Amino acid sequence: MTGYILKRLLSAIPVLLGITVIVFLIMALIPGDPATAILGSYATPENVEKLNRDLGLDKTLVQQYFIWLGNMVQGDFGTSFALNRPVLDEVIERFNGTLILAGTAFVLCAVFGVIAGVLSAANQYGWGDKAITFVVLLGISIPSFFLGMMMILLFAVNLRWFPVSGMWPIYGTRDIWALLAHLTLPAICLAVVATGVVARLSRSAMLEVLRQDFIRTARAKGVHERGVIWRHALRAAMVSIIPVLGIQAGFVLSGAVYIEIVFQWPGVGRMLVDAILKRDILLVQGGVVFVAACYVLFNIAVDVAQSLLDPRIKT
Amino acid sequence: MTAFLKLLARNRLALAGGIVLSVVVVLAVLTPLLPLPDPDVTNTSNRYVRPFSGGTILGTDHLGRDLLARLMWGTRLSLAVGFAAAIVAATIGAAIGIIAGFYGGRTDNIIMRGVDMLMAFPYILLALAIVAALGPGLLNALIAVAAVNVPFFARNIRGITVGIAHKEFVDAARLAGLSNTRIILSEILPNVVPVIVIAMSTTIGWMILETAGLSFLGLGSQPPQADLGSMLGEARSALITNPHTSIVPGVMILIIVMSINLLGDGIRDALDPRLKSGALSRPMAATRVARDGPVPQPTGAGLLEVQQLETQFHVKDRIYRAVGGVDLAVKPGECLGIIGESGSGKSVTALSVMGLVASPPGVITGGAAHYDGADLIGAPYRKLRQMRGNKVAYIFQDPLATLHPLYRVGDQLIEAIRAHRPISNEDGRAKAIELLDSVRIPNAESRIRDYPHEMSGGMRQRVGIAMALANDPDIIIADEPTTALDVTVQAQILSLLDDLRRSRGLAIVFITHDFGVVAQLCDRVAVMYAGRIVEEGPTAAILDTPVHPYTAKLMACVPELGAGKRRLAAIPGLPPAVDKLPKGCAFADRCHRVQDDCRAQDIALRRDGGRAVRCIHPETPLTKAIA
Repeated sequence: MTGYILKRLLSAIPVLLGITVIVFLIMALIPGDPATAILGSYATPENVEKLNRDLGLDKTLVQQYFIWLGNMVQGDFGTSFALNRPVLDEVIERFNGTLILAGTAFVLCAVFGVIAGVLSAANQYGWGDKAITFVVLLGISIPSFFLGMMMILLFAVNLRWFPVSGMWPIYGTRDIWALLAHLTLPAICLAVVATGVVARLSRSAMLEVLRQDFIRTARAKGVHERGVIWRHALRAAMVSIIPVLGIQAGFVLSGAVYIEIVFQWPGVGRMLVDAILKRDILLVQGGVVFVAACYVLFNIAVDVAQSLLDPRIKT
Repeated sequence: MTAFLKLLARNRLALAGGIVLSVVVVLAVLTPLLPLPDPDVTNTSNRYVRPFSGGTILGTDHLGRDLLARLMWGTRLSLAVGFAAAIVAATIGAAIGIIAGFYGGRTDNIIMRGVDMLMAFPYILLALAIVAALGPGLLNALIAVAAVNVPFFARNIRGITVGIAHKEFVDAARLAGLSNTRIILSEILPNVVPVIVIAMSTTIGWMILETAGLSFLGLGSQPPQADLGSMLGEARSALITNPHTSIVPGVMILIIVMSINLLGDGIRDALDPRLKSGALSRPMAATRVARDGPVPQPTGAGLLEVQQLETQFHVKDRIYRAVGGVDLAVKPGECLGIIGESGSGKSVTALSVMGLVASPPGVITGGAAHYDGADLIGAPYRKLRQMRGNKVAYIFQDPLATLHPLYRVGDQLIEAIRAHRPISNEDGRAKAIELLDSVRIPNAESRIRDYPHEMSGGMRQRVGIAMALANDPDIIIADEPTTALDVTVQAQILSLLDDLRRSRGLAIVFITHDFGVVAQLCDRVAVMYAGRIVEEGPTAAILDTPVHPYTAKLMACVPELGAGKRRLAAIPGLPPAVDKLPKGCAFADRCHRVQDDCRAQDIALRRDGGRAVRCIHPETPLTKAIA
């Protein structure tokens, strides 16, 4: 097993390099002179030239890439000019917020999505199935930012059950309960779309499995229908549900950008949007590379989980 | 195409989605012609007018602009951008996918590596990076959303193309000397278009959401021009005081995306042939029973007594009569063989007893199966479950497919016991080892930790038999248990079953298509054809003097070692389809003794002296055969 994990980690290196190349190339697309873009059109030519030199922009693209990569490997992601602090510090601090939000939403979507999918498949064409199918359809059709706004309006403003926005109360203690109160609405809102997708795919994976011969064997043994569904069918269906969960983690991370904006959550997504609007290129680059790398590592964890579940996978 | 549209229209939800979407699209197209105020004219003295007041329908926004006009123009813009992004992504993605799939080799490798890299990003990061580089703007948002979706199309289309590129018609085109471009355009492209359409119909809703999202973040359309996303973004600051400015564009996005998703699902279902026959229905816990006629009473002819059993498959408006009135009985310690070709209804008969026929589409429409005097067909699920594996156990054909692939065989054995009585882990383990020993699996103690895929076919089938024995049942129904095994293993399994029967007094119902197996194991045999029993009797007697022409033909198909040179006579023709059974004898069209009266009316099963036959022109008269 250790060997397998190591192998998967090694295979991630080319992917991580690819990610840096893609991000670097996209940033190289920036039209015009980045220094002018950063300093504004009133900058003196000397200042522009100095910044270009500081940023290493007088070198060739290939040189620039390797310098950038080399610095990143040593933990130097550059300095955000808008915030005037090291990019990595800012990214890690903000990623913490995103992790709390997206992690909670991911757990919600995995648990409720799979349960809804299983119930839906077990009662195929019944009322429960129809209701779940409809809610799922609504869930994957509603823009999460609109849903978030409506949830604020209903649960925070009208009913006053939860705070309107932010991660911590402005005054008062920063304990787990304060965090949970602030987390509830955004996490649910972020989970809705992914839950819908997971429910849908779990349903079809379950329907696929329920037609297999070993399900008939379980029934012939006299296993109770509950055991047939939750032990036999779900276990086998998880083999195709887990990769979907890996993909959904990416969607949850993506959706977090909107949720962070709507709920004023201090996360990496909001940081990126701010950075784009301020043309803080290094912060965008660093943030994208960092989050993408974390996502790649997470997907390796998903593969490992998959191999633990399915003994037929050679490790 | 018309069939496709018909299929689509039958899906009411898809139809509703299609209608709503068409209305929205038509309105969006006609927006410039509609009598609407200018969407960009500000009138700050008239800010935040509520809907249906102040001479407006939907009110005004924070700059006093008419919301209805902005909504219509915004919808127009959002739809245009979403569709454009979908078309761009589909075109580029399909082109990349076709090239990778068609040329294969290194081209494929390099392209797909790149695609995998792009897919390693959470999609919005890539979109944000692109917008960061190009600068905020609607066109740049469109490029970003399209670019992010290209890998998805490329990967899907490549998969399909790889499958097509090695088909005969492509080879034929190559041999005909067509250029690669010609082949791609005339042979490959037409075959991948349906896939592109499905992929587009399921992603276009996403793309509209994504572009609206980028606009919402302020990275898409720039003021004063507004799509639905930026309308929402602008309205956010007034969410609490004037929610209508948020609700109006938000609901519109919801309507558009939902109708597209409904329509997309409909298109996918209509184009996906697997769903056409309702094949993805989930089998229920027990076969559906819908008996019209009277339920036969038990006569005490055996421990298990099947009477007038009728099982049908209802697929759409077709009815397949898989089992059409079967009578069987098996006594304790007896082995009854059921023999017949594939599709003769022998397995369905066996599965009907314990309600294991997949339902839908299976329905038991008549008859009874009495176990020890109690009817199993009409029994409630709770009672049926208690009998399954406990009194009547099954052994199935292919043990690789019938054992759960992800549980250790020991755990599957213990579960079989636990389904009927509580047992501690240690006792369960001991019992599992004992069971594996009893089916002569060597090293049972280590074997219980094996997964099914780690065992050989013969070992797996022994596990299947051990599982059937777990609760000391009275009857074992073995559904072609040796068909998937090679001959030496087959002989071992048969002798194992025979020993078990003698040592435990088991009754066995043995289903097979092999007369050799029947001769070796069975006391009595029933021959089935087209869902009915055509001949029944003691094995030795039937082997000696088959009465029904079908039985005789079936036996003539079996090669005999050392029996000298003899023509192996295949039976000409095929069995009739069970949804179109003839009026008279079902075998008439393939029978060498057929007379006109064979086809005139239903032929009854006549019994005499322990034998039975359904034939009016038999090989040997039944009375003579028993004499």
